[in-house]
Amino acid sequence: MTTLPFAAPVVIAAGCGGTGRELAAFDGLAGVGGFVSRSLTLTARSGAPAPRVVAAPSGVLHATGLPNPGPEQFLALELPWLVAHGVVPVASLAAAEPDQWQELVRLVAAAPGLRAIELNLQADGGLMPEGEPRLLAAVVGAARAQLPPGVALLVKLGHDPSRLVTRSRLVVEAGAEAVVLGGGVPALLPDGRPASLVGPAVRSTALRAVAEVHAALPDLPVVAAGGIRTAAEARTFLAAGAAAVQIGSALLADPTTAARVAADLRDGR
Amino acid sequence: MAGGPLSTTAEVLAVRGVGAFSGVTLSVGEVADRHRPGQFLSVADPDPTRLLRRSVQVHRAAGPGVRPGTLELVMDPGDVLADRLAVGDAWPVIGPLGRPFALPKEPVTCLLAGAGAHAAPLLGLADRLAERGCTVHLLLGGADGSRVLPSHDVRRAVRSTTVVTDDGSMGRHGSIASVLGETVERTGAAVVYAGAPTSTLHEVAIAAEAAGAWSQAVLDGEHPCGTGLCHGCPVPVVGEDGVGRTVRGCAEGPVFRGDRVRWHDLTEKGGGR
Ligand SMILES: Cc1cc2nc3c(=O)[nH]c(=O)nc-3n(C[C@H](O)[C@H](O)[C@H](O)COP(=O)(O)O)c2cc1C
Repeated sequence: MTTLPFAAPVVIAAGCGGTGRELAAFDGLAGVGGFVSRSLTLTARSGAPAPRVVAAPSGVLHATGLPNPGPEQFLALELPWLVAHGVVPVASLAAAEPDQWQELVRLVAAAPGLRAIELNLQADGGLMPEGEPRLLAAVVGAARAQLPPGVALLVKLGHDPSRLVTRSRLVVEAGAEAVVLGGGVPALLPDGRPASLVGPAVRSTALRAVAEVHAALPDLPVVAAGGIRTAAEARTFLAAGAAAVQIGSALLADPTTAARVAADLRDGR
Repeated sequence: MAGGPLSTTAEVLAVRGVGAFSGVTLSVGEVADRHRPGQFLSVADPDPTRLLRRSVQVHRAAGPGVRPGTLELVMDPGDVLADRLAVGDAWPVIGPLGRPFALPKEPVTCLLAGAGAHAAPLLGLADRLAERGCTVHLLLGGADGSRVLPSHDVRRAVRSTTVVTDDGSMGRHGSIASVLGETVERTGAAVVYAGAPTSTLHEVAIAAEAAGAWSQAVLDGEHPCGTGLCHGCPVPVVGEDGVGRTVRGCAEGPVFRGDRVRWHDLTEKGGGR
């Protein structure tokens, strides 16, 4: 792992680890390589109406609408706690327009202790519609230009394998250091609202995405998420070319999942 | 607080009928000592591909008839979890979770108002309040007599018990909300503690305020993770600063001050049951 700042190849996925404190109550951050915040937006959001985290066959549908306290509260109350507890902190960001992206990145770029930024640029599950490739490149390029050299730039692109190779190439050329293949497969809640499907149901899809992007761009660090609950499953992703894995919805079932997977990987279990 | 939540394996010691409800006794060790009335227990699905958890309200964790190291639950008839529980089963649980009822600093008069199985957390509270010298009155409701939670285990802790049913088959005709105001006045209660479906809690909060009493309500909502991670149980509230915000029902609740919940937003947009 050359450009990735993670202390171990197991990372807490965006929006699934609370503020970090909730996991720490169960020792759930022990040995974990990094912690990605829930996606932060320029102003605080209360998110979508309930139900917004719903069971699906072998998985979970999430349509939270990105509830978050905004960057100021994250910087004042959450980031310092993560740093003090020896966790490598990553801020996930989401915005709809290029000027909002710029403003957001500017607010967090120089925060003490921040090691990476993860741009939530999923067409589904982010705030920016699919849009023109040029827009995507512009957002990534502007972010890289604003970040100090020690802060890595990760771009999260979703799970839909059909466009991941093109989009990965695009964001790397624009300055991203790694891509995150995660977020979910486009889905629908029973009441008709759009949602993302995650969990074991998408593991095989996520694995395919990793293999394809890695084959096309072998030098690009790929961070993978998708239904991982055990060290054996994590190893499958690492073998397919992932530089690190993220654990998301498995934490909802068991808040110690990431710590356990990290320990098992380390100890060869 | 007697320490944070623990992740452990609960053993089902007994399942029995309590009126129309299922009464479940779980052996949970240290979790029982840490439990405070109003807090809940989160149960993981034994199927490892089903990631979302289920929260259950705790009836009693201590007091007459409760063995140390065990918790008593009360579940509605037809509750899928109750149907799957069998004596000897081992269930992965986390608890105690959430904020408990706040106990009054002075030994004031309290009214505990609960509907059906939602009344469960109030009975453990009755013991605690009596220990502190509070005068405790109970108001229990249900669709019919078999759905009024039996309260004989806490009879020593309570001064009076009023029963209301929708069909009039036990006690008076009515709901806990419809008789709340007059019961507050008759008992002189300064604080109302309530457990009921969300729409009834809303009515109780209004009636308590109109009668000049503080109220605290325990919301029986769905908590997909129970541990504050997923933001799947939003509850719209008004903060101490008067500003509206949305908080996590599992972490900032399940007990809320009745005048802090934006009930209209909660019942209209979902978030409780
Ligand atoms: C409740 C919930 C909230 C999420 N919130 C975010 C978010 O704020 N930003 C984001 O980029 N991804 C979010 N995700 C997606 C996860 O970070 C992760 O990429 C996805 O769940 C796939 O991993 P998994 O299968 O291990 O859950 C969320 C997922 C869930 C289940």
